[in-house]
Amino acid sequence: MKTIFKLILAIILLISFTQAEAAEKLNGAGATFPYPVYSAWAFDYNKVTGVQLNYQSIGSGGGQRQISDRTVDFGASDDPLKPEKLQTDKLLQFPAVIGGVVPVGNLEGVTPGQLKLDSDTLCKIFLGEIKSWNDDMVRKINPGLKLPQGEITVVYRSDGSGTTAIFTNYLAETCPAWKEKVGAGKAVKFPVGIGGKGNEGVANYVKRTANSIGYVEFAYAKQNKLDYTQLKNKAGNYVAPGFESFENAAETGDFDAKKDFYLWLTNAPGKNSWPIAGATFILLAKEKTDSNKNVVKFFDWAFKNGDNKAKELIYVPLPQSLEDKVRAYWKANGLQ
Amino acid sequence: MIRTTKKNPVDMIFSVVTGAASFTVIIFIVAILYELVHQSGPAIERFGIWKFLSSTDWNPVTESFGALTNIYGTVLTTFLSLLMAIPVAIGIAVFVTEISPNVMKGPIGIAIELLAAIPSIIYGMWGLFTLSPIMSTYIEPFLKNIFAGVPVVGILFQGTPMGIDILTASIILSIMIIPFTASISRDSFNLTPAVVKESAYALGATKWEVVRDVVIPYSKLGVFGGIVLSLGRALGETMAVAFVLGNNHRITTSLFDAAATITVTLANEFAEADTDIYLSSLFYLALVLFVMSFITLAAAKFFLLKAERKYSR
Repeated sequence: MKTIFKLILAIILLISFTQAEAAEKLNGAGATFPYPVYSAWAFDYNKVTGVQLNYQSIGSGGGQRQISDRTVDFGASDDPLKPEKLQTDKLLQFPAVIGGVVPVGNLEGVTPGQLKLDSDTLCKIFLGEIKSWNDDMVRKINPGLKLPQGEITVVYRSDGSGTTAIFTNYLAETCPAWKEKVGAGKAVKFPVGIGGKGNEGVANYVKRTANSIGYVEFAYAKQNKLDYTQLKNKAGNYVAPGFESFENAAETGDFDAKKDFYLWLTNAPGKNSWPIAGATFILLAKEKTDSNKNVVKFFDWAFKNGDNKAKELIYVPLPQSLEDKVRAYWKANGLQ
Repeated sequence: MIRTTKKNPVDMIFSVVTGAASFTVIIFIVAILYELVHQSGPAIERFGIWKFLSSTDWNPVTESFGALTNIYGTVLTTFLSLLMAIPVAIGIAVFVTEISPNVMKGPIGIAIELLAAIPSIIYGMWGLFTLSPIMSTYIEPFLKNIFAGVPVVGILFQGTPMGIDILTASIILSIMIIPFTASISRDSFNLTPAVVKESAYALGATKWEVVRDVVIPYSKLGVFGGIVLSLGRALGETMAVAFVLGNNHRITTSLFDAAATITVTLANEFAEADTDIYLSSLFYLALVLFVMSFITLAAAKFFLLKAERKYSR
């Protein structure tokens, strides 16, 4: 009996200690895409400062809803909210990490990075207008490449996702026919093809289906060494997806603090910019100054010390120029 | 021996507790139904009932939503999976109760129950990584070669076999529901009085005749109950189907085409439904499934009761 009593006492003491320690805690929720890098940063940040950051990857839509309802300290979203929407919900917004989308194909006899596409061909393939890799339009931009004959199978994301949002925004921006027939969003009505669940679903379908093309997150494509394609950017150059081309896109993208950084980073004007990039955003409630300051402290630390960790996990850190803009935005809003 | 009267306090507490437990079920159902109707309010207002049920459009960009493609996918995969599962399940039950030697009854019974214990996500992964490549490289091209040229039936076997389609999803579903039908059928077969069976054998009936004319008629209610249970499971199955169905909001005629079911659409799109009408339409879709399962199960129960009454007379 006595030992049991002691044990209970010990447990109670232990619990009260852990609670005292967990006093400083930040709660965030939202996008699944940046979850690995946020939690890696949070782990390191906790070691340095003792502040706990609890991030739940419930999806961008959920993140927006939770911060609008003020149930978390910060929300995270893959798609930027428009300044008007931020105004009505009394929110602040800034980018945290850069990501992007890479078209991946499965063509016999074509090695990764060999196939070149431009926005027109990509759009027509996803509209179902180009039905074979042997099409004249594809052949014209790939002289000398032996292209297979079979019918193209388009693979898209069946679940709503920021990846689809970035990809369809790119197509809508560069291709009027896509804008008119399909539009842009986290889930759209794709005119042709089959839908895989998640990046792994799309990658799996593409790998298995001959003559297929799909699109996945940059990190996913890189980690799994998928057959990515080169794309023609706004400056007219063909570029391969990589840290440099994403950074270039983020540097030349027109992020404007006055518009709360509302920007789809597609079709960036830089010479070496990857055309289908995007930032993932953090949302703060305007009136919660105290917790906002703590959140900002965390991201300030992450901008300073987290670049290597991010790159390790194949995320593209914000370029210096953009970090400076974000810091100025914090100052302007009295958070730093 | 304890004499129980209404005034016994323990008994009172006991009946209150059990009564409360039963009423919670009713309260839950009503609460869920209320919440579904409440949340789908904006979508019901905007699309109406008939328009929502009959529209094949599911377009988050233009915010135009209709349930028909999802209903079609749900009904079709459920129907096909029952079509494949019922004969196999009844075969298993007959074998276990009437034909197999006693030594094998235990292991087969356990294997069936284990099949029911596998979580559906595992079926989904197995379907995506194992079954669907087998389907697309061996089974579906084979089926296509045989049937594609046949008039009428050929319509079912058009298109490129990719293994991500209605056929693969139905096969996975059927494997998942076999244990329900099989174990309930087995239990009801076992309830056939030995005397009746032995009399039939004594009259010179063969095993096949005994099964056909004695065991199955005697236990058809139980078998039917098992089928209804599997029907319920097939209607609501989500994860296993989500991986291999291809989430395609179009009505297609070929078994090699991708489709979408109500549950898969909910699982796929709920997290990222950003506009109010989108979210509301998803709730509306859930309400449609709720009503569909309710009607199916109620109808099954009704026939079961009717048959039971006829039987007891």
